[in-house]
Amino acid sequence: MIACGGGEALPQVMIQADKQEVLAYMSKFEFPPSIKSRPVWGRLEARAGKHHLMIADAEGAAAILDIAAPELMAKSHVIYIPNGADFADKLRDLKPAQFYEGPSYSASVQRIRRVLQDAHMGLQVYLAGTEGLMGQAMQEAVSAGIPHTAIQTEHRGSTARRMQCVHCKGITENVEVDPFVCSHCGLNLFVRDHYSRRLAAYQGVCVDAEDPGNVPAQKGIYE
Amino acid sequence: MSGATKIGVRVTEIVPLNNLVTRFKFEPLDGSLLPTFSGGAHTVVEMKDGDRTRLNPYSLMSDPSDRNAYTISVRRDDEGRGGSLFLHKNVKVGDEMVLSNPVNLFSLDLRAKKHLMIAGGIGITPFMAQIKQLDRNHGNWELHYSARSEDLASYARELTSEHPNDVHVYYNDKDQSIDLEQLLDGQPLGTHIYICGPRGMIDWVRGTAKELGWPREAVHFEEFLAPKPGKPFEVKLAVSNKVIEVGEHESLLEAIERAGVDAPYLCRGGACGQCETNVLECDGEIVHRDHWLEPDEHASNEKIMPCVSRFTGKTLVLDR
Repeated sequence: MIACGGGEALPQVMIQADKQEVLAYMSKFEFPPSIKSRPVWGRLEARAGKHHLMIADAEGAAAILDIAAPELMAKSHVIYIPNGADFADKLRDLKPAQFYEGPSYSASVQRIRRVLQDAHMGLQVYLAGTEGLMGQAMQEAVSAGIPHTAIQTEHRGSTARRMQCVHCKGITENVEVDPFVCSHCGLNLFVRDHYSRRLAAYQGVCVDAEDPGNVPAQKGIYE
Repeated sequence: MSGATKIGVRVTEIVPLNNLVTRFKFEPLDGSLLPTFSGGAHTVVEMKDGDRTRLNPYSLMSDPSDRNAYTISVRRDDEGRGGSLFLHKNVKVGDEMVLSNPVNLFSLDLRAKKHLMIAGGIGITPFMAQIKQLDRNHGNWELHYSARSEDLASYARELTSEHPNDVHVYYNDKDQSIDLEQLLDGQPLGTHIYICGPRGMIDWVRGTAKELGWPREAVHFEEFLAPKPGKPFEVKLAVSNKVIEVGEHESLLEAIERAGVDAPYLCRGGACGQCETNVLECDGEIVHRDHWLEPDEHASNEKIMPCVSRFTGKTLVLDR
């Protein structure tokens, strides 16, 4: 249940303080209200389906652990990119029909494409973890023919953004501060909430175009 | 004036297809080109039946890119409110009539990788236009068409001979029926389903698709509801300050129009949402018959779709 870029507004990440959630608590983030074009991430729920594709990075694994049930996992293909987190064994213990651990998103995308290419209607897609992972995997699922509103997401872990420089079009991954320097053209970029589903990236716009060198002090994106 | 822009046309061909279904062809009076439409669109046909004006929606079934004429196929409904009977009995070649510009509430989702069409009976008509549109663009489609008998399966022969590999016809009198689970199983990712037919068929396909994990965004359906007759009732129109009586065989929307009040509409069949009206006061029960409002809106009795819904009780005041 996720509406992206101006869809129905759903409750954002809900924080429950029961015992099982203590671990996950640390990795959940309550996003402040924003403009309509910023994605609103949902919360995963097991849905009826013939097959299930679950793609997660780092602490996104915890969102899968939260919905895992044996009959669900028996029909699930899990693609996990740990990025330094330590959930791979826990996911393996769920005995998914297939499990793949990838060193990075770009190393895993070939497999994601292949799975989608061979998939049939009745496939449910679950995305969990960072915005960069969910956005890019959603792009793949949408171009394979799944309506974006039918893809489930849940944000966990880092709130770093995947940014596109609107000037040189280069992508800078894992941006945590605002403004930041474009890793391609070197311009000082202001981090906007304006998100592109097509690019799976937020827009970064030159912050000192009119007065070169007059760059505001750097701060965290959500500070 | 409410509704889509009107077009003056002349009836240029009437072809009975079988016991129940007749095809009508309309060409513009002024010899100009008709607006293009997209497969799945309908037109609202205006019928002057004595002192009564009937406005009924019919799916356009001609080639969407043919701008010289529109054709519709109409199934005679002997128990209905008389629109189809009027067309079958009173309309002659050469008559002048008024159509609305095409409106599409059942369009193809062109992002789909494959279009899986399921038709029941006269529900075949929008697919006739969609198939012509898809064929021109080399679209990937498949039609499953269920009809009561070979006689009543309008266009089945034409479709199967033109598209022997893509058209599958099922005759109920020969105990043939769509094996739906089998059909939906293994469809490639990005397949969209389109259903046009009786309510039971729509519910069956939607329910089965949902159970099998199909996203609702990939399941499209169209069912025009003819406004069902019901007990006469009285309505107060607050804005125009009129009290009107809705007759047994007319819809609330028709009664509003008869009173000279201009009310918005498009499909007149409970599907498009155009005529949604706020209820200011309701002492009684609204008989909701549309499939536009959500269940909680139906329960709240704060809104009504006057094209198909009715009222029983003491007082109904509308914001119109």
